[in-house]
Amino acid sequence: MKPTIHTQSNALRAEITDKAVFESRRAFIKSTAMLSAGLMLPSLGQAQAELNDKLTITAREHVTHYTNYYEFSTNKQDATELAKPLITKPWRVEVSGEIEKPGLYHLDDILKANAIEERIYRFRCVEAWSMVVPWLGFPLGEMLARFKPTSRAKFVEFTTLYNPEIMIAQRSTILDWPYVEGLRMDEAMHPLTILATGMYGEDLPNQNGAPLRLIVPWKYGFKSIKAIVKIHFRETLPDTAWHKSAPSEYGFYANVNPEVSHPRWSQSRERVLGASIFTPKRATELFNGYGQQVASLYTGMDLTRSI
Amino acid sequence: MISARNKTRLLKTLLICVGLVPFLLLLLATLNDQLGANAIQTLHFSLGDWALRFLMIGLALTPIKIITQQAWPLRYRRILGLLAFFYASLHVLVYVALDLSWSWAAFVDEVPKSPYILVGLLTYLILVPLAMTSTKAMQKRLARRWLTLHKLVYVAALTACLHYLWLVKLDISQPLIYLGLWLVLISIRVYRLKTG
Repeated sequence: MKPTIHTQSNALRAEITDKAVFESRRAFIKSTAMLSAGLMLPSLGQAQAELNDKLTITAREHVTHYTNYYEFSTNKQDATELAKPLITKPWRVEVSGEIEKPGLYHLDDILKANAIEERIYRFRCVEAWSMVVPWLGFPLGEMLARFKPTSRAKFVEFTTLYNPEIMIAQRSTILDWPYVEGLRMDEAMHPLTILATGMYGEDLPNQNGAPLRLIVPWKYGFKSIKAIVKIHFRETLPDTAWHKSAPSEYGFYANVNPEVSHPRWSQSRERVLGASIFTPKRATELFNGYGQQVASLYTGMDLTRSI
Repeated sequence: MISARNKTRLLKTLLICVGLVPFLLLLLATLNDQLGANAIQTLHFSLGDWALRFLMIGLALTPIKIITQQAWPLRYRRILGLLAFFYASLHVLVYVALDLSWSWAAFVDEVPKSPYILVGLLTYLILVPLAMTSTKAMQKRLARRWLTLHKLVYVAALTACLHYLWLVKLDISQPLIYLGLWLVLISIRVYRLKTG
């Protein structure tokens, strides 16, 4: 069975640069959905309405002013300003390791080869808050396949840009810079996993990980590494940044799981960003609600141990 | 000319007004929806910050007295202590009413899993009897025991620092500053006790 992907449109990059068009399309989708729901038609529109109800998009303003970008600051509001000097054009990605086609790839060329689509995903941070973001990007797996991984490629490791001149918090030692994240090969190839280049119909703002970031919707947000400059295919488990910093608190898998608490706080509920102060927290779902699509990746694994 | 007594009274009133400014600003920000993406957390953390700040300022008065050799700082201890208690109470209220939405199930789930919340709760439980016995009448009634009881504020300030330290994910510089301040303020007292 092909997994259901929460995709509302397959748009070319050229079509989605206009924010007004994007907004009106959203309004159209919403109104038709409400209309068909109102008529009680068991149609696609109703399914869409349910989906919209489940995934209420967070205001862009909140997503751009609440970021964990420790390369710039540990304060979530600061990266918005501090990340402005980062130059994201031109951008190159070094692809290496257990593949047949290693090389230094220009982001422009990568983008030419991969059609951009919109994915509306819930993003759940390990700090027990969540937001819903319309990302623009392309499936990571389709791109990785083109590099022809060899049979020895078991994991993919991603590295963030290291540039302490601009990324001023890299001058401190709060984390072992540069930031490294990784996925098991099957997780990386999963159709839900994307590389994002934009959100809300526009290019990614710098503080949200421009020009290229990972989005793995069923894992805690720290897996979704920003400003990627290296993709390395390897046979052994990558040593990832947060795991190195506190192994008992941040595992390699970091699958969203309400049953497995962080050693210092519960993960059973999450604060929805942008909600009114009287809105109760929502119950966190196993695999962040994407279990139907991804649970099979972890068959036979003890999720309470492989955190 | 204002008499010395009136001057103190005026300064006390002024201190209360200044002490309530952060509360009013937070209230305005809440009503105007200016608390950002995670409004409850912003409110909750700000109130906690102010509780800790007033607790520390309150603890600084005796060292100031020791250093300046003047008695006036001690007159403001009660107000600062009560301001700290006021902000701590709102901090707890926001947690229980807004963060947990009064849900007992959520309380039972979250609190035991969070050592820092337990320490925070302990801090508040220490502050309650101190606030309750802060009146002059209670001070007289408890006589000597009052002083012993109110020494607990040193413990509360320490557990408040630990509460903060324990919740931070990575950058512990802020809680360490408070912890350092606590050490300095206590050290001055200890030094004074030893040298007489």
